Amino acid sequence: MPPDSQHTDRIISLKDAVLEAMFEEMKADQNIILIGEDVGAAGGVFKQTEGLFETFGVERVIDTPISESAIFGLAVGAAMAGSRPIIEVMFGDFLTLVMDQLVNQAAKVHYMSAGGFNVPLVLRTGIGVGGNLGPQHSQSLHSWLAHIPGLKVVMPSSASDAKGLFKAAVRDNNPVIFMEDRMTYNLKEPVPDGEHFIPLGSASVKREGADVSIFAVARSVHTALAAAEQLAAKNVSAEVVDLRSLAPLDVETIVASVRKSGRALVLDGGYQSFGITGEIAATIGELAFDYLDAPVMRLAAPDVPVPYSPALESLTVPSVDQVVAKVTEMFGGLD
Amino acid sequence: MLAKDKLLELYRGMVTIRAFEEEVRKFHNAGLAPGLVHLYSGQEAVGVGTCAALNSDDYIASHHRGHGHCIAKGSELGRLFAEIIGRRPGYGMGRGGSMHIYDPATSNLGTNGIVGGSVPLATGAALSAKLRGTGQVAVSFFGDGVLNQGILFESLNMAALWSLPVVFVCENNGYGEFTEIDDVTAGRPYAKRGEAFDIPSEKADGMDVLVVHELVSKAVTRVRDGEGPSFLIFDTYRYTGHHVGDRQEYKDDAERQLWLERDPILKLAETMVAEGKFEQAELDQLNSEIEASVIAAAKEAKEMPEPDADDLARHVYAA
Repeated sequence: MPPDSQHTDRIISLKDAVLEAMFEEMKADQNIILIGEDVGAAGGVFKQTEGLFETFGVERVIDTPISESAIFGLAVGAAMAGSRPIIEVMFGDFLTLVMDQLVNQAAKVHYMSAGGFNVPLVLRTGIGVGGNLGPQHSQSLHSWLAHIPGLKVVMPSSASDAKGLFKAAVRDNNPVIFMEDRMTYNLKEPVPDGEHFIPLGSASVKREGADVSIFAVARSVHTALAAAEQLAAKNVSAEVVDLRSLAPLDVETIVASVRKSGRALVLDGGYQSFGITGEIAATIGELAFDYLDAPVMRLAAPDVPVPYSPALESLTVPSVDQVVAKVTEMFGGLD
Repeated sequence: MLAKDKLLELYRGMVTIRAFEEEVRKFHNAGLAPGLVHLYSGQEAVGVGTCAALNSDDYIASHHRGHGHCIAKGSELGRLFAEIIGRRPGYGMGRGGSMHIYDPATSNLGTNGIVGGSVPLATGAALSAKLRGTGQVAVSFFGDGVLNQGILFESLNMAALWSLPVVFVCENNGYGEFTEIDDVTAGRPYAKRGEAFDIPSEKADGMDVLVVHELVSKAVTRVRDGEGPSFLIFDTYRYTGHHVGDRQEYKDDAERQLWLERDPILKLAETMVAEGKFEQAELDQLNSEIEASVIAAAKEAKEMPEPDADDLARHVYAA
């Protein structure tokens, strides 16, 4: 859907907000190209690129064969040569096919060339559980990527943030992985028309609170917000911090929140073992230990492949009840 | 036959590379170039013949045996040596080393430590050049080992599909590390890999720089005219094994002798003299001059400073 320029703040979905950011950025910079499977004439498997092909043409919106590794490798070469590619990887699970190009080439070129070459590109991919897509189409592998120096990892939770962060990602001169949870695609909120830029590495306090800080990204932010609402009824004031990007990580906002609340729960839709929850918990332990009134707690996806059966799938997503229970535990029980 | 100055350019390029690699070997043996160094000695005709057919802003992407490509494309010898021995003035401040040398000034997208790494990079640069209408072409240099990497096929497909201005140059030196290519590769002749995608494909003598230069020049002309990619395989030989220190027990003397007799530098010298354009004494004189300047560059690099601790975390991210 082309951007509607009649209004300044429209209520649109996260999916449309990213699409709007793409329209605006592609109009502003001729060097931006969009490349991926079904991004062109089909308008994206989830209609997430609808209208771009008609507006910008076959030269800038390029349908590819199903060759994730080479698509991304070509994008790295194109970026080194002066283009600014946006690459769609349909499912975050397929990042496994891109990993060599991402880790061994894209992430290191700027360093290995001592700043001689930049790799300005955005890899956009849909992640997360939901829709009974089974173990190979439901993963959240952001921890892998945040582990690699040279990559930036962005995970929006809301429409307005998604637009502002996407614009920042496109204008960044580094490889940026932009991961959207498919379950947030249709979440709507007012989104500014036209210029709206949110710098990468800036967390956002989505709900202020005094007793406990809950840190989350993407879909988990909404779980945290719903839990905070329930906790309020139990007289616990929970602060919800949306990290928005994992690399760079806004350590300052994390520490400031813990200093205020004295308690921290780190929530994530990815696996707990060796994941971002452990990283953030350790960061808090190192930098805000003296302010803690309770051990830092973690809540993440159980370490199992995401099963297909509707009876089991939802058990792999941290729930509002689980968040409330964890926080309750941190207070030694609540009435 | 090429003009006299072009012959001289090709000769000079090959002799420079041979002399350069000899200094790298010495650096390695002296412990100044630790880790892995893969020498281009024996394969000079491919890199030199190819790069002599390119404009300075045409892209190349290279592989782990890539010093020769950097030299042929015009990188500075001192900074190349510096990178290979880990010194700060090197192209990557000494942080990349032999297998990771990038030079934007010569449109060199880098040597590469991943087998097949050069293929999508050059193809992508070609895509960018085509979209931006710059008229540049890109060359991907890769070894015979890449004939069995999946990303070659993915890239050939897109290059053909979109008529990208890229020349795929396979340097078949007969061995992937310590294994004979024929022992691990089906589908002969190997040029069929390009033909499968309707890409004009050819195999030729990679020990004859004039053959390489002529073939690549033709390919570059048609590629630049928008007629889509070319796929070339040059048979060649690496004199020093996979890396410096490889004892090459998998080769026999007869084989080695056979290839030495086809040495690309001697071959070109013979032609230059036979055509009556040069005296052997002139070439001998040139050899001495080139060797002296290469040795001087190596000596200069040895005096260059090492990176300091502040350089450790520089350039992890671009501004």
